[in-house]
Amino acid sequence: MTDIHQLSGAYALDAVDDDERALFEQHLTECEDCRVEVGGLRETAGLLALMAEAAPPPALRDSVLTGIAQVRPLPPPTSHRPDARRVAAIEGAPSRRRTSTWWTSLLVAAALALVAGVGLSVWRPWAPDEPALSAAERVLQAADAEKVAVDLGEAGRATVVRSRSEDRAVIVTEDMVPAPDGMVYELWFQTPEDDMVPAGLMPPAPDQTMMLDGPAAEATAVGITVEPEGGSPEPTSDPIALFDLSDDA
Amino acid sequence: MDHLRPVPTGQDAPPDPGPDLGDLLARSARGDESAFAELYDATSARAYGLALRVVRNPAHAEEVTQEAYVDAWRQSSSYDAARGSAVGWLLTIVHRKAVDRVRAVEAATRRDAVWHTEAHPVPHDQTAETAHASLEAQRVRSAVTTLTDVQREAVELAYFGGYTHTEVAALLDVPVGTAKTRIRDGLIRLRDSLGVGS
Repeated sequence: MTDIHQLSGAYALDAVDDDERALFEQHLTECEDCRVEVGGLRETAGLLALMAEAAPPPALRDSVLTGIAQVRPLPPPTSHRPDARRVAAIEGAPSRRRTSTWWTSLLVAAALALVAGVGLSVWRPWAPDEPALSAAERVLQAADAEKVAVDLGEAGRATVVRSRSEDRAVIVTEDMVPAPDGMVYELWFQTPEDDMVPAGLMPPAPDQTMMLDGPAAEATAVGITVEPEGGSPEPTSDPIALFDLSDDA
Repeated sequence: MDHLRPVPTGQDAPPDPGPDLGDLLARSARGDESAFAELYDATSARAYGLALRVVRNPAHAEEVTQEAYVDAWRQSSSYDAARGSAVGWLLTIVHRKAVDRVRAVEAATRRDAVWHTEAHPVPHDQTAETAHASLEAQRVRSAVTTLTDVQREAVELAYFGGYTHTEVAALLDVPVGTAKTRIRDGLIRLRDSLGVGS
């Protein structure tokens, strides 16, 4: 990275990967110029959305209003270490589970970037990260998160976290070896009827946190298979990993 | 920061400024569901349209929009008017969720990347015809025409395509640093020509 300031535009458009985002957010805690610039560029991006206006389906309104009725708005951030809550939120859920200490280590890098900001700055992105708390993070932090870890030996480690309340599952990989040339790791949900439903392709990266595509509440297992590039509509090989999510697991 | 308003157009009827969205968010933070409903009505075409443009699949766009609004409600107390407009804040949430969604189905989305590289001059007129062409939207369109072709293409791929700058570089077959610079320069030019205060 020659000049991190140059990343402001890509950051403002979410055109960064997770590592770049963490890096740039750390930079933002130290760089007032970039904070101002990102604010203006995000505002500009919001105007671009005017070119994409489209009437939402009428039912969406009801569904949103029903949704918010079940959610309590968070209290305002206070001036007392505003970032602490966020750090605690990210560290808290996994650390309550003492048995999965390795899991905590997965989050250390992310947490460090945040901790660096605590006490040094009260800056919070004007589109704060908390609202941007991704769906994946919400699954990881859900009170009903169920975790199943599979050690793939030399091929790495992977953990599936499923939240029934979020109806989503997330996979976190560590040191995962890449799929063979021309192949890709494909994720699957196993339904109670034992059908395998495609749940997305894993981008080729050793360490990643990825949300599976599709509802997860009913899934009895998550599997990973090796498929030809582009994926398959149904598994063409036995899974290299199976994460049992059934109630009697 | 200034709230964003259309520049005067010389026409007699000024556009309806609409409700104060920042105020609606503040009321939402105190649990006022009707204020949030009003906010939804004032912003949902932009929010849903943005989600739809990025994720393309209407069912996914609905889910993304729903998640974004519920998140905005939950986090409404953290909106800070000093840092930008309420709609900008909301759309940032929508966009991030949309991007998260397409990246989760990244490979599938990549397969129709050609859709974007074939999109030309003023982007996506087909949607504009169905959307109501507000004065402000016209203003944005004309600002977009001040970009160089390469800047516009890079900004669109990043914002509407949901690609990372590294992927944009690969799609355009330019060095990574070049794509990053085009995105930033393009956005800065848009910001200045739209008079976005900062």
